Amino acid sequence: MSVEPKPRQPVVTSLKINKRSYDISLDTRTSLLDALRDHIGLTGTKKGCDHGQCGACTVLVDGKRVLSCLSFAVMNEGKDITTIEGLASRDGKLHPMQRAFIDHDAFQCGYCTPGQILSAIGCVNEGHAESEDDIREYMSGNICRCAAYPNIVAAVLQARDETKGA
Amino acid sequence: MRPFVYEQPADIASAVAIASRFTTNDDQPTRAKAQFIAGGTNLADYMKLGVAEPNRLLDLNRLKDAGLRQIQVSDDGIRFGALVRMGEAADHAEVKRRYPVIADSLRLAASGQIRNMASLAGNVLQRTRCEYFRETSWNCNKRVPGSGCAALDGFNRQHAVLGASDACIATYHGDFAQALIALDAVVHAEGSRSARKIPFAKLHRQPGNTPHVETALAQDEIITAIEVPGLPWARRSLYLKIRDRESYAFSLASAAVVLDLAGDSVREARIALGGVATVPWRARAAEDALQGKKLDEASAEAAAEAAFADAAPRKHNAFKIELGKRTLARALLETRDMKV
Repeated sequence: MSVEPKPRQPVVTSLKINKRSYDISLDTRTSLLDALRDHIGLTGTKKGCDHGQCGACTVLVDGKRVLSCLSFAVMNEGKDITTIEGLASRDGKLHPMQRAFIDHDAFQCGYCTPGQILSAIGCVNEGHAESEDDIREYMSGNICRCAAYPNIVAAVLQARDETKGA
Repeated sequence: MRPFVYEQPADIASAVAIASRFTTNDDQPTRAKAQFIAGGTNLADYMKLGVAEPNRLLDLNRLKDAGLRQIQVSDDGIRFGALVRMGEAADHAEVKRRYPVIADSLRLAASGQIRNMASLAGNVLQRTRCEYFRETSWNCNKRVPGSGCAALDGFNRQHAVLGASDACIATYHGDFAQALIALDAVVHAEGSRSARKIPFAKLHRQPGNTPHVETALAQDEIITAIEVPGLPWARRSLYLKIRDRESYAFSLASAAVVLDLAGDSVREARIALGGVATVPWRARAAEDALQGKKLDEASAEAAAEAAFADAAPRKHNAFKIELGKRTLARALLETRDMKV
């Protein structure tokens, strides 16, 4: 009979982030977002509302875009997690979506941008970037308070065409 | 947030066994010490806010039982495994073809990220967004039984005009549930007592004097599947959702409509309303008003009048009665005009 675990007792969690493994000891209450930022030091993923309303914390888990603020880190053991730090290739070549955001000046302050980019990659992969209206609807979970929306739509269109079939 | 023990049961039987061991029969599932988590989009939010305070979370995502992640389609109907994600069901070709009202209700809900996370069973159990429920400094009979309801005389623009009581006027905000109740769906649940089927219309409880009793589920019961009966004429169906902004918002008023037409006249109508009621709301009076009638603007408006005949407004939400009627009338006419 194993020992009954207690609340507050940290658990060792193995997270696979950007193809690298991290074994970290976490309070079970730690969100995936806080694990990334505060425990692993990957601060590219941003905390906006922390309640699933803004999309700034979007990452890919097993290829799907999700909100890291509403997921407990312990629930993500063994899954493939991709953050903004994992998109460029080793030689520094940007992902087509990153390049497109620069080409179209798709941000002002930049705080929502990592979430926008990860969400846009998910959106294209889901096949929901067929038209500008489609992009607006399926990117509605990412709020940009600088309202760079027209340029974000243009960036997603460009990257969609570049990554088609990729 | 209250500290919690995290467990990953391997199958439904062990999840139920752990839940029974750490809860008692008089616990409501939403107030129990041990609670189930799937997508977490609702529960994690409410744990952060101190509204939900389990000290043990049972993660259902590692359950190995067959069928939990499958959508099975036949002419007898569709069976959705409880752990199927909203986005997956919304994009499913056969769901879109056979039951547009289901696909619409899922596609128009939440955001792409949330639809990738949220399970179908968790979605139908999502709790109200009432501001006074979400913020723990207010009195709320749903959160703390007997404490009172700050929404009655508060800013109640978002609140329900149908199915409310003097103890609670919180709106049920889900969308998928309106499609399910219109289609006479059935929920399969397993608990320590037995496995059982619950008609979708019996899953949610109107607040009455016990708003903290939200569903018919016991504290150790897990929804395992949602079954929608085969209905060939459901191809003529849609979900219309009206809200403060175009996307990523809860409805102010919505309508799920399924029509069986003989030429211009209505053989059978199925109608459910969202955003205006305390629970998923089947509008039977509106259905009856349309039976055998020619569906035109006048009969659609008459049906909408019937749907809201018992509506009871509060200070800030009276607009929902007119908005709800217009939403339903428009949904009926748009469904009539669908090319199927």
